[in-house]
Amino acid sequence: MADLFAEALRRIAVLDREVVEITVRTLAISACATLVSCAVFVPAAAAVHFRRFWGKNLLIGVVQTMYSLPTVLIGLLVYLLLSRSGPLGGLGLLFTPEAIVIGQALLIAPVIMGLSIATLQGVGPGVRDTALGLGASHLRADLAVILQARHAWATVVLMAFGRAVSEVGVAMMVGGNIRGYTRTLTTAISLGVGRGDNAEAVALGIMLLVVALAVTVLATAAGRLSRGA
Amino acid sequence: MQVSGTVRRLSARSAARSTLALLVFCLVAAPALVTDARAQTTSPRLRVATTTSLYDTGLWEALEAVFEAETAISLDIIYAGTGRALEWGMHGDVDVVVTHSRSQEAAFVAAGHGVERIPFAYNHFLIAGPAADPARLASLEPEAALQALHAAARFPFVSRGDDSGTHTREQALWRAAGLDPAAVRASGRWYVEAGLGMGPTLAMAAQLGAYTLTDVGTFLAYRHDLDLVPIVDRGEALRNVYAVIVCTRTANSAGADRLAAFLCSAGGQELIGEFGREKYGQPLFTPCAAAGCGSD
Repeated sequence: MADLFAEALRRIAVLDREVVEITVRTLAISACATLVSCAVFVPAAAAVHFRRFWGKNLLIGVVQTMYSLPTVLIGLLVYLLLSRSGPLGGLGLLFTPEAIVIGQALLIAPVIMGLSIATLQGVGPGVRDTALGLGASHLRADLAVILQARHAWATVVLMAFGRAVSEVGVAMMVGGNIRGYTRTLTTAISLGVGRGDNAEAVALGIMLLVVALAVTVLATAAGRLSRGA
Repeated sequence: MQVSGTVRRLSARSAARSTLALLVFCLVAAPALVTDARAQTTSPRLRVATTTSLYDTGLWEALEAVFEAETAISLDIIYAGTGRALEWGMHGDVDVVVTHSRSQEAAFVAAGHGVERIPFAYNHFLIAGPAADPARLASLEPEAALQALHAAARFPFVSRGDDSGTHTREQALWRAAGLDPAAVRASGRWYVEAGLGMGPTLAMAAQLGAYTLTDVGTFLAYRHDLDLVPIVDRGEALRNVYAVIVCTRTANSAGADRLAAFLCSAGGQELIGEFGREKYGQPLFTPCAAAGCGSD
């Protein structure tokens, strides 16, 4: 065990060019997926939260159930969509980084949507009522609620990014773990395990945690800044 | 106070506009950043699906560098069990498949998914097990060894159980031993189905003190971490032939043909024959494109 970690740390210290490349690619892909998914599903969550319609609670229940969707199943669905014999095969996206972004964005969509709704529910009706009382339109009152909860958005983004960056099912199935092209930290770890190269797997696992730490620090700092503003 | 401030600061229209801008950025600009790396290498890409056992030895990394330097074609190597690799070929998701299951490959070509099955190298399978060899298989031929395991029904055997080439070979060996694989599967708890790749299956066999069928490449890669030794490693029935097939649905048949030709060329064959000397102390494959690869 001790030998294993020593060897893993030695490999990190050497900072192999390929490891750096994989780390940067992983960060870019998962950050992209988080951005895309947030851009679509935070507004979608707001639309659900601020409206009253039949089946609203059912919809929220379904979204929360989807938190448990296995990554490899999303991988399979996206594979079937993007395969050349699938409906979107003409785009030629299978086994590309874009395919991983699409898959991860879908994977974290329920997390973003569910947590966003919970965040908005947490603000309480007072803020919206005050805004309306001050003569704001309904849309501006909704915005006031969204902005009031801003410190909670960092948590939503971090949870979503965390799920995206640590998953292996989607990246493996629709990315294909192609060296120098679609290999991410998790698929590289999986390869290390498959090849019996435990030190490599542990070294890459440590890199993944370093990436997660960096993102957490940044998001927390951003949250603090916006609160101070 | 804070609330009214926020309302005043952000008009609804400007907020909607910036959200839209973000959306457009994410859908257009952000993926472009990721694909930037690809834009720099505009050479044509060729997708190769290969079997896990071959990939795990590291052979493809050696071949890839030489092939890319010779042809300026970028290889995308994707690995999975033989069953999955052939399915990719069938769907047109890869250009070339390199696998090791003659019956599945023959069916693939017969169904019109592949142009031709071209064997180019072989190594062998072996039955690995605990050094103490509790079932006393060491002096036996592979078929007799399996018969002995089945008859005793108390020494664990770990099967890949994943429709891989190795799994297919294991089933063929049971049949060669006069046993029905389905009946073997149902014959007791001594027969363990892992559903894992070769490496994790070896690790499981070592933990259980069990026997398992493995290709020699993965076995050598794992050997230093495991208490497993080769028990049965002789016999024609254990020959493991790797073949390359150009898929009929390929969008890059020129590149695919070049790869098949490269694997069978004098240079490619020499590379394959030398591979493993440094890392494992012995070559892992016998090139056979010219001399013929034997029946299986």
